[in-house]
Amino acid sequence: MFASCADPSTLHGPAWLLCYLTTGAHIAFYWSFVTVLVLLVVTAPVALAFGFAGAVAARSPVWPVRILGRGYMAMVRGVPDIVFFLFFVIALDQGIEWLLHQVRCPDWTEPVRNGLEFRVCPAAKVPPGNAAQIWHQLYGFALAVFTFALVFGAFAANVLLGGMQAVPRAQLETAEAYGMTQRQVFRRILVPQMWIYALPGLSNLWLILIKATPLLFLLGVRDIVYWARELGGTKTSAYSFPHPDWRLYYFLALLVFYLCMTRVSEILLGRLTRNLSRGQATAAGEAQRKAAGGAA
Amino acid sequence: MSCWETIGDYALRSIGIGERLLPRSDFTLCQQVTLIGSGMLWNVYFGVLALAAGFFLATGLALAKAAQSRWLRKPAEWFIFVFRGSPLFIQFFLAYEIFVMLPRTGIELFGITVATSWTTKAWAGALFVLFLNTAAYSAEIFYGALQSVPKGDTEAADAYGMTGWTRFRRVLWPTMLRLAWPAYTNEAIFLFHATTLVYFSGFPAIQQKGDALYYAQYFADRTFNPFVPYPIVAGYFILLTMLLILLFGAMNRRLNRHLAPNQRPRLKLRPQLVR
Repeated sequence: MFASCADPSTLHGPAWLLCYLTTGAHIAFYWSFVTVLVLLVVTAPVALAFGFAGAVAARSPVWPVRILGRGYMAMVRGVPDIVFFLFFVIALDQGIEWLLHQVRCPDWTEPVRNGLEFRVCPAAKVPPGNAAQIWHQLYGFALAVFTFALVFGAFAANVLLGGMQAVPRAQLETAEAYGMTQRQVFRRILVPQMWIYALPGLSNLWLILIKATPLLFLLGVRDIVYWARELGGTKTSAYSFPHPDWRLYYFLALLVFYLCMTRVSEILLGRLTRNLSRGQATAAGEAQRKAAGGAA
Repeated sequence: MSCWETIGDYALRSIGIGERLLPRSDFTLCQQVTLIGSGMLWNVYFGVLALAAGFFLATGLALAKAAQSRWLRKPAEWFIFVFRGSPLFIQFFLAYEIFVMLPRTGIELFGITVATSWTTKAWAGALFVLFLNTAAYSAEIFYGALQSVPKGDTEAADAYGMTGWTRFRRVLWPTMLRLAWPAYTNEAIFLFHATTLVYFSGFPAIQQKGDALYYAQYFADRTFNPFVPYPIVAGYFILLTMLLILLFGAMNRRLNRHLAPNQRPRLKLRPQLVR
C-alpha cells in the first residue's frame, strides 16, 4: 500500500507493523467486517418481514394459512440452529438448480440424483459455470442472507405474535365501536401499538443475530473468522511478513469487535425503548408521564 | 449387512469402540441413524457436565453480581458481559488458541509437572468453555430471579432471626431457583443445542470421533443429500428437548409444591437462538 513497504525484510518495529497491517490480505480482512455489517443490515429487515408475515398468518382465520404460520414458527424450535444453517444452504442451492433444471432442460433424460451425485444440466447451474468469481461470492452471500432471514424470521414471528396478543383488547374493541373494519383496526391500532410490546423480544433477537454472524464461516462465506484463521496462522520465511502463530490475537480482536457491537446495540436499543414508550399504556410509559408531568 | 450388525459396529463409534472405518459407500438409513445417534453421546456428555458444573458457578456469580462490594460485583459483571456478549463460536476458537499456546511439555508447578496437552482435546477444552458460557448465561437468569425475590420472604427470614448462610439456604436460594426455573429450563435446552458447535470450531475431531452434527455433515458431504442426515439430527434433538422438558418440569413441580396449583408458574419455551 505504501511505497516504503516495497521490501518488508528491511523493516522492523512500528514500520513493519504498519506495513503488515496494510497488506492486501489485511484490507480484505477489514472489508469482511463490512460483510458482517451488511449481512446484519440486510438480514434484519428481511427477517422482520418474514416474521411479520408469519405472525399475521398464525392469526389468520383461515385454517390452512394459520397452520402454515404456526408450522413455520414451530419449525425452528427444538432443533439446533446450526443444523438449519447447514441444511438450508445445501437444500436451497439444490432446490434452485433442480427447478431451473426442470424449466430449462425438459428433455434431459438422466436422473438428477444418481447414486451419490446431484447432477443438473449445465444450463441450470447457478451461478453459471463460466461466471466470474464475484458472482459465486454474491450468490453464496445471498443464500446466507436468505437462510439467516428464514431462521430468524421464525423467531421474530413468535415475538411479533406475542406483541400483537399483548395489545389491550379494549383498544381494539374501541376501534371496532368506532366502526372501523378489521383491516383498519389492524393497520391503525394493532400494528402501531404492538411494537412496544414486541421490542424487548426483538432487541434480544437482534443481539442474538449479531452473535450468530460467525456462522457465516460455516456457510462458506469469507467472513471475519475465515480471515482471522488465514492471517493468524504461522507464516514461514517464505512469506514477506513471517510471524509465528498469531491466531490468538486475531480472535481476541474479533471478541472485542463483538463485545463492542453488543454494548453499542444495548445502548441504542435502550434509547429506542424509551422513545417508543412515550405515551404508551405501559408501566414505562406511565413512569415517563409522571416524570414529565411533575406537579401536575 | 443387517441393521443389527451395523448397530453393533457403530453404536459406540463416537467414543472409539467398534468398527474403526466409517462407512464409505452404499450408505444405508440404518448406518446414518446409528452413527448420528452415537454422536449424540457427546452432545449429552457436554450438555450434562457443563450444566451440572455451571449451575454452581452461576449461583456464585449471581450472588457476586448482587453483592454490595464492588470488588465482587465488577468482576462478576464483566465475566457475564464477556461470555454473554460474544459468540460462543468465537469463544471456542479463542479458548482453543489459548490452550494450544500452553507449553507442550506441561507446566512446572511446585516441582510437579502438570500436563497440558489434554486441554486442547474437545472433551476437556470444549467442556470448559461450555461450562463458563452456561455459567454466565445462568448467572444472569439467577441474578434476575434474586432481584425479584419477594420482599416479604426476606423480611420473614429476618423476623425469624435467620442470617447469612441459613438465610440464603433456606429462604433466598429456594425462592431464587423457583423464580428462575422456567428461564433456566430454556437455558438448559439451548446449551444442549450449543453443543453442536464444538466440532465446527477450533476443536478437531480425533479419529473421526465426533458429535451428532459431525456425523450428519459427514454423510451430507458424501451423499450430497442433506435431506436425510440433517432431519435425523433434528429428530434426535427434538427427542432430547422433550426429555429435558420432562425432567425440568418435574423439578419445577417440586420447587413450586408449596403453592396453590393456579399460582404455579408454567414452563414456557421462549425462543433463543445462537449464543
